[in-house]
Amino acid sequence: MNTILEVKDLQTYFRTDAGIVKAVDGVSFRLDKGETLGIVGESGSGKSVTNMSIMRLIPTPPGKIVGGEILLDGENILEMNEKELSKIRGNRISMIFQDPMTALNPYLKISTQLIETIRLHQGLDKIEARKKAIEMLKLVGIPAAERRIDAYPHQFSGGMRQRVMIAIALSCNPEVLIADEPTTALDVTIQAQILDLIKDLSLKLNTAVIMITHDLGVVAGMCDNVCVMYAGRIVERAPVDDLFESPKHPYTNGLIQSIPRLDEKSSDRLYSIDGQPPNVIDLPECCPFHPRCEKAMDVCSSKYPPVVELEGKRTVACWLYEEKN
Amino acid sequence: MTKYIIKRFLGMIPTLFVIITLAFIIMRLAPGGPFDQERQVSDLVKANLEAKYHLDESMPKQFIRYLSGIVRGDFGPSFKYSDHDVAFFIFTSLPHSLLLGTIALLLATFMGVFVGIIAALNQNTWIDYSAMSLAVIGISVPLFVVGPVLMLIFAMKLQWLPTSGWITGRDGWVTLLMPVLTLSFPYFANIARLSRSSVLDVIRSDYVRTAKAKGLSQTVIILKHVLKGAMLPIVSYLGPAFSGIITGSVVVEKIFRIPGLGNFFVQSSLNRDYTMIMGVIIVYSTILILMNFLVDIIYSFLDPRISYR
Repeated sequence: MNTILEVKDLQTYFRTDAGIVKAVDGVSFRLDKGETLGIVGESGSGKSVTNMSIMRLIPTPPGKIVGGEILLDGENILEMNEKELSKIRGNRISMIFQDPMTALNPYLKISTQLIETIRLHQGLDKIEARKKAIEMLKLVGIPAAERRIDAYPHQFSGGMRQRVMIAIALSCNPEVLIADEPTTALDVTIQAQILDLIKDLSLKLNTAVIMITHDLGVVAGMCDNVCVMYAGRIVERAPVDDLFESPKHPYTNGLIQSIPRLDEKSSDRLYSIDGQPPNVIDLPECCPFHPRCEKAMDVCSSKYPPVVELEGKRTVACWLYEEKN
Repeated sequence: MTKYIIKRFLGMIPTLFVIITLAFIIMRLAPGGPFDQERQVSDLVKANLEAKYHLDESMPKQFIRYLSGIVRGDFGPSFKYSDHDVAFFIFTSLPHSLLLGTIALLLATFMGVFVGIIAALNQNTWIDYSAMSLAVIGISVPLFVVGPVLMLIFAMKLQWLPTSGWITGRDGWVTLLMPVLTLSFPYFANIARLSRSSVLDVIRSDYVRTAKAKGLSQTVIILKHVLKGAMLPIVSYLGPAFSGIITGSVVVEKIFRIPGLGNFFVQSSLNRDYTMIMGVIIVYSTILILMNFLVDIIYSFLDPRISYR
C-alpha cells in the first residue's frame, strides 16, 4: 500500500509526582497518502499526545516516548536527531493547533512568520518567499492578502488567524497535516468554513490529514477512516460510514448514542455513558473501559483485550469479538 | 505618537510640581534647621543668616520664591557650602554617578539576560542551580560587604587596582572597575532571575511550540521568537532601576570615595541643607519620570499590540 505514516506500538509516558501517567500506551495506526484519518476520544484519552509524539514535540522532562516506532515513508522519526527533525517539521509533516489566539507569535508580523517557514524549507530568496506567502494567504481566503500580510496577529479575528495557521502549515506542501482540534476554539459559523478549507486544500495538495477532534460531527463530515481512543489506546478503527452504521466497541457505541438526534422526542433524556474515564496512572492490566461497559464480562477485568481484525479493514480491541474468531 | 510624546512631556510638569510641594512641606516639618549647630551662635548672627537666606519670610512666600527660582533654572544657594550654589554641586557630581551607574547597569543587563536565558534553557540542571545561587547571593549580600571584599582581593592581596578614588580621563577605568562590579551585582542578580522566569514562561507558550513545529532551529527560536516577548518585564524593571542606580549608589560612592551625587543625597538631609535636598529630589524625580516614559515608548516598539494615541 502507499502508506505515508505508520505508528507502531507507540508509548508516551509522563513522569509526575503521583506516578507514571501512561498517556499513550501502545497506539498503532497507518495513514495512507491523501487519506483523512480522524482520531476521536474524550479529553485525556491521548489523542493530542499521540500527535505531539509524531512531531516529537513532547516536553521532555516530564514526558518521554518510551517505546514504539513512527515511520514516515519508512524512516523512523523517533531515531532522528534535531537536524533531521528540522527538515521534517513544518516541511513534510506540519501541524495546526487548537487555539489560534495563542499559536501565532504576537510580537512578529504575519509575513515574518510565514516567510521564515518558506525560506527555511524551500530555500527561496526573500522576494520569492514573500510572493509565495501572499499566494498562500490568498489560497486560504484572506482578503487583501498583499496588504494584510504585514499585519500583526492581533489585527486578525480568530477564524482569520486559523486561516493564517493553515497557510503556514501548508506552505511547504507537507505530506502529512496534523490538525489538533482546529475548530474547537472557533465560532460555530467559522468552524464549517475552516473544515471545508482544510478539506479542499488537502485534496488539492494531496496531503494526508490526521484530524484530532472530540466532535463526531467533524469526523462524519471530514474523514475517510476513524480511530477511537480511550485511556491511551485505540479501541476501534473503521471506515467512517461503517463506524457510524455499526459501531463494534461498546465505547464507540456509547459515543454515537450520545449524539442528540433531531428526530427524537425532545422529552427524552440524552444518552450518556455512566462513570468517568479512568485515571491513567498505574492502570491495571485490564480493559480500561470495563467499569463503564454495559457488556462487561469476567475476562474484561483481568486481561487487556487483544486487537481483533474484523471484515472491511476494521479493528477493535474488545473481548466480545475474540470469542467469535 | 508625536502627539503622545508631547502630551507626556507636558504631563511631567504637574507631577514635578506635586513632588516639589510635598517634599518642601515634609522637609520643613522636620525638626531642626540648617543653622542649628552644636556651637551656639548669637541670636544676632542667626537672625542675619536667616534674613540672608530668606528664612525669616512666611512659609508660602518662601515656597513661591523657591518655585520662581526653579522656573528660571536657579536651584538657589547651598545653605552649607557657601562658595557655590546647588546647581554647581549637582552638575559636577551627577556626571560621575551617571557614568558609574550607566556602565554598571549595562553590564548588569547584558550579563543578567545572558545568565537568565542560559539558566532557563538548562532548567533544573546544575547550570541553572549555580546561576540562581549566584543570583541569590547577589540579592542578599549587601554592597558594603561586596565592595570591601573586592577591595581586599584586587587592591590589597593582588595589588592590581587602587583601593579607591576617582581618576578622570582615559586611565579612569582602574578606579571604575571595582565600583562598577559592586554596584552591578544586585542588579545583575535581579535581572538574571527576571529573565530566567520570563524566558521559561515564553518557552512554554503556544507560539514557541508553533515555531518548533515549523522546524526552526533552537537558536532561531530563542533569538527571534522568545527574546522579544521575554524582554518586556526586564524593560519595565530597567526604568526605575536606572534612576535608582545613578542616584542611590551612596554606599558604593562612600566605599570607593567617588565624588558622585549619592553623597549629597544623605548629607544634605542630615545638614538640613534645604535647597540641596530639593535639588537632589528634583533631579532624581525628573530622571525617574523620564525613564518610565522611555520604558513606555520602548514597550510600544517591542509589543505591537500596544499603541499610543
